Amino acid sequence: MELKDKILSQYVAFENDKDINSDVHEIRSEAFKNFESLGFPTKKLEAWKYTSLNSVLKQDYSLFPKNENAVELADVKKYFIHDIDAYKLVFIDGKYSSFLSQTTHDTIDVCLMSSALSKPKYKAVIENYFNKVAQKDNLTSLNTAFANEGAYIYIPKNVEVEKPIQIINFTTGSEAATMLQPRNLIVVEQNAHVQIIERHQSLTSNPALTNLVTEVFAAKDATVDIYKIQNDDLNASLVDNSYIEQKSNSVVSVHTFSFGGNITRNNLNFYQKGEHIDSILKGITIIEGKQHVDHHTLVHHIEPNCESHQDYKGIYNERSTGVFNGKVIVEKEAQKTNAYQQNNNILISDKATINAKPQLEIFADDVKCSHGCTIGQLDDNALFYMQQRGIPKKEGKALLMFAFANTVLESVKIPEVKQRIAKIIANKLNVKIGFDL
Amino acid sequence: MLKIENLQATIENKTILKGLNLEVKAGEVHAIMGPNGAGKSTLANIIAGKEEYEVTNGSIELNGEDISELAPEERAHNGVFLSFQYPVEIPGVSVTNFIKTAINETRKAKGLEDMPAKDMLKMIREKSELLEIDRKFLSRSLNEGFSGGEKKRNEIFQMAMLEPKLAILDETDSGLDIDALRIVANGVNKLKSKDNAVIVITHYQRLLDYIVPDFVHVLHDGKIVKTGDASLALELEAKGYDWIKQELV
Repeated sequence: MELKDKILSQYVAFENDKDINSDVHEIRSEAFKNFESLGFPTKKLEAWKYTSLNSVLKQDYSLFPKNENAVELADVKKYFIHDIDAYKLVFIDGKYSSFLSQTTHDTIDVCLMSSALSKPKYKAVIENYFNKVAQKDNLTSLNTAFANEGAYIYIPKNVEVEKPIQIINFTTGSEAATMLQPRNLIVVEQNAHVQIIERHQSLTSNPALTNLVTEVFAAKDATVDIYKIQNDDLNASLVDNSYIEQKSNSVVSVHTFSFGGNITRNNLNFYQKGEHIDSILKGITIIEGKQHVDHHTLVHHIEPNCESHQDYKGIYNERSTGVFNGKVIVEKEAQKTNAYQQNNNILISDKATINAKPQLEIFADDVKCSHGCTIGQLDDNALFYMQQRGIPKKEGKALLMFAFANTVLESVKIPEVKQRIAKIIANKLNVKIGFDL
Repeated sequence: MLKIENLQATIENKTILKGLNLEVKAGEVHAIMGPNGAGKSTLANIIAGKEEYEVTNGSIELNGEDISELAPEERAHNGVFLSFQYPVEIPGVSVTNFIKTAINETRKAKGLEDMPAKDMLKMIREKSELLEIDRKFLSRSLNEGFSGGEKKRNEIFQMAMLEPKLAILDETDSGLDIDALRIVANGVNKLKSKDNAVIVITHYQRLLDYIVPDFVHVLHDGKIVKTGDASLALELEAKGYDWIKQELV
């Protein structure tokens, strides 16, 4: 059976044990119909021209894994940023793990989407925010149809959350292949502040496909920093659909670190609904083999006096392929917009490919929009210079690549995250970096 | 220290060096002068091991060992230092981090542990004072946005840190105003000892007022065509190179 048919056939059973009188039921049903008519994206769609999911969709996925594999903390500890105190929301094969998690209802809510969707206490927030900014394309609709479990985070007015929140999804490989549809909702009220670290990790080499949707609402004066660590097993693929709505004076940053995985597609969408908003989108991609990473970003400047800053660095080795499609829309009303986009790529091998496409649609006349895109190789003169000072070629190359990615790493606000990323990069480049950049 | 015999080298099938001989002993300062295109920078790059050049004949020995097949970093570990005519900008790596890496990689190649951080800091302080380099300068990205003078001063700072046996200064005087020239030359002179040697490549006599050479060589058309003492540089300054070319005919 084709994956789509399998999904369609299992929907009724999924909905059976849910409350069919709720608004969420309506939303799911509509999304289901939407996916039924749209199906999976193909390369015929402009947005999927350079990324084919065909090979990934061929697997016979379990949609609701039944077998359970025990997960010991000692085995998975390394996937956490464990040297800092943090709230944790951990899911194993799509199910919440109370054992590995540390939730809270003390002032803030860091808990489960399944609770939020079913308990009266959360009704108002769900009504106001659930599926409000998420779009209705194929894969978002698929996720919405099956939206049930994931992270639910609510930060009330004026609360600065001191500990970061880690959201980790483990796939254990208990089934031959696993497909997951995690759904996160993050609401940050006026003048509140929160930091979030996200990770998806397969614990075996059984194929896994995650189709994630995250909605983020940043109210007036709110600050939200999100770090996505994508360093998964080579048989795991991820479609990350993130939708972020910002109100006046809010600052939201998303850092995406893509090092692992088979096919990774990031759909990162910002909608600016207020003035003096700052949206920050940064990424480092370092891949090799046959890995594929696709960054599709959108910043929608709707109102005046807002800013956006994009900085994506990519290093592609062997036969790996990358895509950067950065779309910036500046509406007619959005005067005095300052939109900046930078995308720099290094191709280490002759066989690596990058498709880079800045896409600016500007309807206002008093704006500052700059974009730069480069594709190049490592500078031989710089390498010779370093070798002349005693730094061997391999270390020199690594140092150059590190330096190249450093502008993005510099803006990471959590030192432990910065160190972890630096370490992953050093491992990836197979060198010991003798200092912190 | 350095012994070059009958060195012939090409780049992209063009012959640049056509049988060059040069011997530099420990404690000596040699100046290599000559018109544009004579092969001065080529010689410097070949001694340092730049891969684009192909050595087709002859040998380069450092302290009795043939180094012509060694990688650039191996030559550096053996004590060869080249002060670049155009130092390369490396955004994202600070001067301090770069020199730390260079020193520790050199130590690693010799089977030594990393230099203790305290010693490193002390050495950086001493050597930066010698070159009159501001502290803030050391945390800037290597050569990025440096003025010509800052770049050259930074080269000599690195030389001071690495303590090479053989230092080759490729047009270190170009782009320097008179104050910077004095600081750089003073730095080089302080580093000079009976155990190391310096090759100064320059167009002009003025640097040689400060770094006084034991020998002056004229490089023309890929060969050393004339060798003399410091007075030869003065003569070249006054008369240019044409008379030497005519002597050759």
